Amino acid sequence: MSGRLGRLWIALGVGYAFLYIPIALLVVLSFNDSRLVTLWTGFSLRWYAALWHNDALVTAAWLSVRIAAVAATGATALGTAAGFALARFGAFRGRSLFGAMVAAPLVMPEVITGLSLLLLFVALAEAVGWPGERGVTTVTIAHITFATAYVAVVVQSRLSDFDRSLEEAALDLGARPWRVFLLITLPLIAPALAAGWLLAFTLSLDDLVIASFTSGPGASTLPMVVFSALKLGLTPELFALATVIIVVVSFGLALALRLGRVASARVGG
Amino acid sequence: MSWRLPAGRTLVLALPFAWLGLFFLFPFLIVARIALSEAALGIPPYAPLLRRDEQGTLAIVLNLGAFALLVEDSFYLDAYLRSLRVASLSALLCLLAGYPMAYAIARAPERRRNLLLLLVVLPFWTSFLLRVMAWIGLLADNGVVNNILLGLGLVTEPLRLLYTETALYLGIVYCYLPFMVLPLYANLVKLDPALLEAASDLGARPWRAFLAVTLPLSLPGILAGFMLVFIPAVGEFVIPELLGGPDAQLIGRVLWTEFFQNRDWPMASALAVVLLLLLVLPIAWFQHLQGRAGGGR
Repeated sequence: MSGRLGRLWIALGVGYAFLYIPIALLVVLSFNDSRLVTLWTGFSLRWYAALWHNDALVTAAWLSVRIAAVAATGATALGTAAGFALARFGAFRGRSLFGAMVAAPLVMPEVITGLSLLLLFVALAEAVGWPGERGVTTVTIAHITFATAYVAVVVQSRLSDFDRSLEEAALDLGARPWRVFLLITLPLIAPALAAGWLLAFTLSLDDLVIASFTSGPGASTLPMVVFSALKLGLTPELFALATVIIVVVSFGLALALRLGRVASARVGG
Repeated sequence: MSWRLPAGRTLVLALPFAWLGLFFLFPFLIVARIALSEAALGIPPYAPLLRRDEQGTLAIVLNLGAFALLVEDSFYLDAYLRSLRVASLSALLCLLAGYPMAYAIARAPERRRNLLLLLVVLPFWTSFLLRVMAWIGLLADNGVVNNILLGLGLVTEPLRLLYTETALYLGIVYCYLPFMVLPLYANLVKLDPALLEAASDLGARPWRAFLAVTLPLSLPGILAGFMLVFIPAVGEFVIPELLGGPDAQLIGRVLWTEFFQNRDWPMASALAVVLLLLLVLPIAWFQHLQGRAGGGR
C-alpha cells in the first residue's frame, strides 16, 4: 500500500512540476539582460523599466483593469441573484431554461459567445441606434454576461451547503425576508461573493477572444495588445509583464484567503 | 415549493433572467439569422433577410450559400473533425495526468488538502495568454529546451518543437488541467474508504479494488472533468493559433479567420451554428450534471 501511495505522490509532484516550470521560467527570464529572450546572459531589471515606459501596454493594462472592475461588480450582483434563485427558489416556472442559461456560458466556446454578442450589438445599433460605437461599454457588457455564470455557480454551491437555521430563526422572530438576506445571508456568503468577484475580475482581465469580437477601434484591452505583440515574436518586456501579473495575483489571492479565513472565523465564532 | 413566486422573488429572478436572455440567449437567434444572409460589401457586411424585390413586394431571402459551402468544401469538414479529435484526445490526456493528482490530493491528510488543491488552481489565476507565451519560450527553435539539448550536446541542431501537434496538445493539457482535477477531486474526496477496505478484506488486490470500486464510483467526476475540458477545447482559438502549426486549423481558428481576415460574417455565423449544434448534446449533459450536483448537496 505504501508503495502505491509513494507512486501517487510522485504523480502529484510531476503534475506540479508541469504546472509550475513554465511559470518559473517566465519569472527567471524576465530578469535576463539579453534581448534574445531565451538565452541567459546576466541579471538585469532593464525590461521592467522598458515595460513601465511602454505606453501602449500601460494604457491597455489600465483600460483592462477598469473594465474588469466594473464587469466583476456587475457580474457579482447578477450572479448572486442568479445563484440565490437557483439555490433557494425550488421549482419555479422557467427554472430549467434559467439553469441552462446560467451553466452554458461556463463551457461555451469563446468564439461563439464573442461572435454572437458582436452580432447582437450590430443588430441593436441598427434597430435602436445603441450602442453607437463599440468599445469599452460593449466589452464590459460582454464580460458581465459570461462572468455572471461563474459567480452564480460559486454562490449557488456556497448557499446549498450552509446551515439555514439562523435564517429560519430570524424569520420566526418576524424579520422580513429582505432584512434576513441583508443581515444574515449576505454576511454568511460574503467570502463566496469575494471569491466570485475576484474570479470575475480575473476572467475579464484575461479575456482575449470575446473582447476582440466586441471591442471597437480605440479600445484595445491588455490581452489584445499582448496578443498582437506575441504574433510578432517574444519580447523580454512581455516576460516582465507576466511576472508583474503573477506577483499581483499571488498577493491578491493571499489577501483574499486571509480575509476569507478571518470572515469565516468570525462567523463560526 | 410553489410554481408561482412571490413578488420580491420575481424581482430577484427577473434581473439575471432578462440580462442573460438578452445578452446570451437572444444573440444565438441573430447568429442563425445572419448565417442565412448573403455576404455583401458594406457595413455590416451582410445583406438583410427581409427586403423588397424589383416589383416592390416584401420578400424573405434565405441564403443557404454559407451552409452549402460548409458541406461542399472539405476544408471546413476537416476542421470540425480535427477539432473533435484534438479536444477528445486532450481531454483524455488531462484525465490521465489529472486522475492520479486528484486521487493523491483526496488521500492526503485533511489539513493539507486545501493547500494542495490551491496549488493546482493557482496557475489558472495568472494570465492564460502569458502562460501560453511561456510555452513558446520553452519550445521555440532558440527556446529553453533546445538550448539545453544543444548545450548538453544531445542534438546538433535545434529540434522542431513549436508549431507541432505536440506543442498543441501540451498547451491545451497545460491550460485545462485544473478543470479536470477539480471535479475529480470533488468526487474522489467523498468516496468512502470503508468500501476499499471491504474490497481488500475480501482479498482484492489494490489494482483490482481500484478498478472494481474506485473507478466506477468516480465516473461522474470523470464525466464532468471530461466535459469541462472537451467542450471549450473544441472551439479553442488561442492555443492552435500560437502553438500549433499552419495545419492546426481547428474550428475556432477557422471561424476567427473567416470573421477577421475574410470579413465573411455569414460564413463565420454558419460555422458557429454548426459548432453549437455539435456541442448542444454535451452542453445539455453538462448542465444536467451541474444541476444534479447543485441540487444534491
